[in-house]
Amino acid sequence: METKTQATHTYTAPDYYGLDELLSDEHKIIRDSVRAWINEHIIPYINDWAQNNQCPKHLIPGMGEMGLFGPSLPEEYGCPGLDEMAYGLIMQEIERADSGIRSMCSVQGSLVMYPIYKYGSEAQKQKYLPKLATGELMGCFGLTEPDHGSNPGGMTTHFTDEGDHYLLNGAKTWISNSPFADIAVVWAKNEEGRIHGLIVERGMDGFSTPKIENKWSLRASDTGELVFEDVKVPKENLLPGISGLRGPLGCLDKARYGIAWGAIGAAMDCYSTALRYAKEREQFGQPIAGFQLQQKKLAEMLTEITKMQLLTWRLGTLMNEGRATTAQISLAKRNNVATALEIAREARQVLGGMGITGDYPIMRHMMNLESVITYEGTHDIHLLITGYDITGISAFRGSK
Amino acid sequence: MLKILVCISHVPDTTTKIKFEADGSALDRTGVTFVINPYCEYGLSRAIGLREEGKQVSITALCVGGPEVEPTLRKALAIGADDAVRIDAPANDSAFVARQIAAYAKGKEFDLIFTGKESIDFNGSIVPGMVAELMDFAFISFATHMEMKGDNSATFHREIDGGMEVLDATFPVVVSCQKGISEWRIPNMRGIMAARKKPLAKVSPAEVREYVDPVKLTYPPARGNTQYFEPEDAQGLVGTLIDKGLI
Repeated sequence: METKTQATHTYTAPDYYGLDELLSDEHKIIRDSVRAWINEHIIPYINDWAQNNQCPKHLIPGMGEMGLFGPSLPEEYGCPGLDEMAYGLIMQEIERADSGIRSMCSVQGSLVMYPIYKYGSEAQKQKYLPKLATGELMGCFGLTEPDHGSNPGGMTTHFTDEGDHYLLNGAKTWISNSPFADIAVVWAKNEEGRIHGLIVERGMDGFSTPKIENKWSLRASDTGELVFEDVKVPKENLLPGISGLRGPLGCLDKARYGIAWGAIGAAMDCYSTALRYAKEREQFGQPIAGFQLQQKKLAEMLTEITKMQLLTWRLGTLMNEGRATTAQISLAKRNNVATALEIAREARQVLGGMGITGDYPIMRHMMNLESVITYEGTHDIHLLITGYDITGISAFRGSK
Repeated sequence: MLKILVCISHVPDTTTKIKFEADGSALDRTGVTFVINPYCEYGLSRAIGLREEGKQVSITALCVGGPEVEPTLRKALAIGADDAVRIDAPANDSAFVARQIAAYAKGKEFDLIFTGKESIDFNGSIVPGMVAELMDFAFISFATHMEMKGDNSATFHREIDGGMEVLDATFPVVVSCQKGISEWRIPNMRGIMAARKKPLAKVSPAEVREYVDPVKLTYPPARGNTQYFEPEDAQGLVGTLIDKGLI
């Protein structure tokens, strides 16, 4: 049975530098509408879902109706056609509730719908995008393999041309949404070793999606594997518009941009919770917010949140203008997720023992962010992307 | 086709900490988020409900105010109004606002005019009655329920002391909406995008004199010190009251 947790109902989003003035009226309506939807449909229940390791799949039709899947893709495919700033704000609001649910939306929008939109044939777009936008179909994205995480170019999943179809073999792992996804956008090598994207549908012979159990993180989101054993994939399911590692990496740019915003949402929730608690909790005859060490924590959290907000606002502007580079997106993802994780840890300390309970969202955010700092490019790899960008020397392969 | 006018007040969000300008002449709007008055939103939502019930409706959202109210009207369009009208004048005075609404609505053959039961900023609760009078429409105040009865009338519920009143009214009618008549709606992303393309007209105000002149806003007196007594400490309470010469 689900019980409502009231802890975050008095959430106040910090806006210390009046960043709202940099947003359009439409952006604010979008953000506030998503916030209202989240407050009604997720916040009261999320603790139970996470504690019970339950992915709230019943939310999917409502999320589709709200327009949370592929919000920046065009209206002709049933999507809202919003800009990148709006997409970022939506991710921020969803992750304020939970990174796992934001992951579900990120994967659907940036890693499934975006590659079909960007690299797919017109027939593929017509067939899949409108149903993915409503949530009638859910998707997942297969890039990472058991032996190839930070080095996706080393992938061994491969397909051969069998005349009237392709034959796909291999395995992918750490795949958000895989246990229930209807389709998977899978990156695999052809006979020449060139990477291509294939749309694999649930029900194809030889295709299975085992679930990964025992996670301490993203517990309200399903994660699994994709296993391909002689899967016959129709030729029309190959994404014709791209080949090489550029394909999946282009999708990751979109998703990482959304993660940079999402991390702010988690950080703002932790800060808002800690500030409220510190003003209410009394020790030595006064609210603990009056003690210097607590003020230091709160002041530094707000400082970092303000910097994250300005960073992503600028990045959103560059995204809208089509000028954001992969390296700039890496910097934002790396900075914001690590900062949000640090804020979660500090906020947890403000709450003392209460911080470890599900009555407050902080520990859940903290555990979620331990995944977010690793997925979609690890914290270290993003550093090396920045390092490569500023020196022109790749350090990915080390000295060997 | 039912022609519906929904009157929208543009009010500070319910969580706003109210501050005044230093001279007390007006609200200090710095950092204040404005929203659709929640009671007006019930009216808008009920109008959209009629469409969902299969009625042919056109829904016009109207607000009296300067350009700053346009985001609020845009949100009404995102929720589902078909078009919006901004009467370009400050809304300082209930009679002035009511006369602006009536001047706009006259001759446009509205069947229904929805308003909130009051606006949550000044809580006057005056405008809807005035509009009904000026339009010579029936008036249902504090409606908690509305159900169509045929094509040209409806049954309404009103909360009254200790019970409920049930009324039938033939259109045209002004309805001031209370909690219960509908549920608020959250606009979705497609609605927000569609709102971009819907018309939002700026209309010059009618020649109407302002009836009152706001002079000053002041805060309520600060709450005094509160002393709490445990339930079993009646003696302490009575002793304190005697000490203070209150009994």
